[in-house]
Amino acid sequence: MRMLRNAVMSLVVLTIITGIIYPLVITGIAQAVFPARANGSIIVKNGTPVGSEFIGQQFDNPKYFWGRPSATTPYPYNGLSSSGSNMGTNNPALMTAVRARIAALHAADPGNTGKIPVDLVTASASGLDPEISPAAAEYQAARVARVRGLDVSQVNSLIQANTQDRLFGIFGAPRVNVLKLNLAMDELKK
Amino acid sequence: MTANSVFQIIIYFAVIVILAKPLGLYMARVYENQPARMGRFLGPLERLFYKLCGINPEEEMGWKQYALSVIVFSAVGVLAVYLIQRIQGALFFNPQKFPAATPDLSFNTAVSFVTNTNWQNYGGENTLAYFTQMAALTVQNFVSAATGMAVLVALIRGFKRNSATTIGNFWADLTRGVIYILMPLSVILALALVPMGVIQSMGKYKTVKLIQAFTYDNPELDAHGNTVLDAKGSTVTEKAQMAEQTIPMGPVASQEAVKMLGTNGGGFFNVNSAHPFENPTPLSNLLETLAILLIPSALCLTFGEMANDRRQGWALLVAMLVVLVPLTFLCAHLEQGGNPHFASAGINQAASSLQSGGNMEGKETRFGITDSAIWATWTTAASNGSVNSMHDSFTPLGGLIPMLLIQLGEVIFGGVGSGLYGMIIFAIITVFVAGLMVGRTPEYLGKKIEMYEMKMAAFVVLIVNALIKIGTAIAVSTKAGLAGISNPGPHGFSEVLYAFSSFADNNGSAFAGLNGNTPFYNVMGGIIMFLGRFWVIIPVLAIAGSLAKKKHVPAGLGTLPTHTPLFVVFLIGVIIIVGALTFMPALALGPVADYLMH
Repeated sequence: MRMLRNAVMSLVVLTIITGIIYPLVITGIAQAVFPARANGSIIVKNGTPVGSEFIGQQFDNPKYFWGRPSATTPYPYNGLSSSGSNMGTNNPALMTAVRARIAALHAADPGNTGKIPVDLVTASASGLDPEISPAAAEYQAARVARVRGLDVSQVNSLIQANTQDRLFGIFGAPRVNVLKLNLAMDELKK
Repeated sequence: MTANSVFQIIIYFAVIVILAKPLGLYMARVYENQPARMGRFLGPLERLFYKLCGINPEEEMGWKQYALSVIVFSAVGVLAVYLIQRIQGALFFNPQKFPAATPDLSFNTAVSFVTNTNWQNYGGENTLAYFTQMAALTVQNFVSAATGMAVLVALIRGFKRNSATTIGNFWADLTRGVIYILMPLSVILALALVPMGVIQSMGKYKTVKLIQAFTYDNPELDAHGNTVLDAKGSTVTEKAQMAEQTIPMGPVASQEAVKMLGTNGGGFFNVNSAHPFENPTPLSNLLETLAILLIPSALCLTFGEMANDRRQGWALLVAMLVVLVPLTFLCAHLEQGGNPHFASAGINQAASSLQSGGNMEGKETRFGITDSAIWATWTTAASNGSVNSMHDSFTPLGGLIPMLLIQLGEVIFGGVGSGLYGMIIFAIITVFVAGLMVGRTPEYLGKKIEMYEMKMAAFVVLIVNALIKIGTAIAVSTKAGLAGISNPGPHGFSEVLYAFSSFADNNGSAFAGLNGNTPFYNVMGGIIMFLGRFWVIIPVLAIAGSLAKKKHVPAGLGTLPTHTPLFVVFLIGVIIIVGALTFMPALALGPVADYLMH
């Protein structure tokens, strides 16, 4: 009986310490010191929140850069249901999906015969990947420039401005934030 | 493999080795009840805790009482986590108004978190209230980890004590692990993650207006919420438009920190650390990955320090590194190789300064191949089980490596505490095998290893192996088990084999295409996780109790030294024979057959 009492009391007190006090203290500090980050790094345009820096959005209009394919259901980039495709490399459904993505990219830009960077036709792990590789951005630069009536060099300089290299040149992979880049494209038009 | 890949992997491992010693020695002082400077800050909290709970930390326990305390505490934990999920709809901190989780899912999640497995059949962002995440899951992240460490410390005391009947006080070991080790490290890590973009908010989910609305095919649902099929058997859809996006919120950083440090691995979100709000940047990824191996590697040196022979700790750490380092390189190499089917489709998979290339299905751009492969191998070597990429979409052989690391028995680092007590069991088996070869009574750390210890050690090794194979066999020969499979062919078998390896070894990662949120997998998985944890803890504590009773025998000419390279090689051999070889047939049916289908 004493053991049971010890167990129940330990769990109750540890729940208060680690399950209530600890997360609430961290929340308090985070909200006071890093409010923007703690609340999702929301990007606001003309007073309207248009997205989070870290959560990707679906783009299928040729005038925008497209992000990673997203496997969330029932629609891509569903913030309420993060998910990868979980398809194995030998799964025929994966090849079918990849071919459809290639076809869509070609349909939007028939003149582009370059090899397609792999991240542009494969679903991300989260279904919410905010970024693409610089290669994937470069692949789309001519299309975006043409549809918007811009010079490719203008588009390329915006890609550069929104590219992050590896951390200290070592960690992670080089990447371009798709939402930020597209917002910058829209700004340019004005 | 790229030069950057080699460089990154070396740095990751170097940092772990550098951090192991200071933390390891600090933890030894904590469990010997001399936490020096931290004692002055946190001592009052510790003493208040004992007072509130009516615990006398000086009271020593025999192994049976210690084991019973672990089990009673865990049972109370399962009950609490189950109940909180079942009544979360009526509790506070639930801005999304999530209703109670289903009974079978609640059971699975409860066992999963209490056993430090943290298998995830729930999708956090659409199932669990903040209160459940905090008061049920975060709490178990702390206490299940501290329980594993406590059992390890009890085993070490078994070696240390001379003609003793007791192995310590479970409540004191549990409390010290939480207050002096897990809590300070979690506070530091959580506060480091927030400025990088990991969210920490108690507010409602946010809605943003998309800058480009899009149309999609929305599956039609019948009155029961099931999809409607047409005559050909394909889903009936209707065009729908989406102009908004919901951004989930929650107290993520606080849970993320302890989830990584305590080899827990149950994510706040469905996709775990692949979710940008759990792991937004390469730097957050670096810290979270290091947190996976930080405590398991340091505990090796805690062991050496407490056993009064640091070389013993280094020997075990070196054995772990000798297995994990090459497998990490190999996994990165295989994933960088990409998907062979893509070569003919005009897809560029080559690594360059502009892209990571490789097999990017199920991987995030910011991590690329290397950081995904390091995470995948470390999280399965340690029984963390979190993911930053989808293991199900790895190449067949790239995915074999994480599976094999689990099947080695979670002793190559393994769970906090549990990994090292598993490793010590393998060391006992190794000295026994060596003793048989030369015809002498085996000894480890000055204690004779006899029939009783060997029976218990053999039981530990066999039970986990048996659970994996029996579980897999049941699943692939029943309709309910087969129904969860999502990929065709041998890869489907791999999904099931991976799941039961993960259950029995308390890892918690998955080939996530397997739909585990069904009554079959929820209940089977729950039972196997439970047996895989406690049918190991009980014999380990029995060994601790039996060793404590024995007298130390001074090392003689016939004693096999257990800190030499020879012993390390021998130990690795035993682990590979027991772990890898017994799984060869099953692995041949799954990933190897999958590979040969290319």
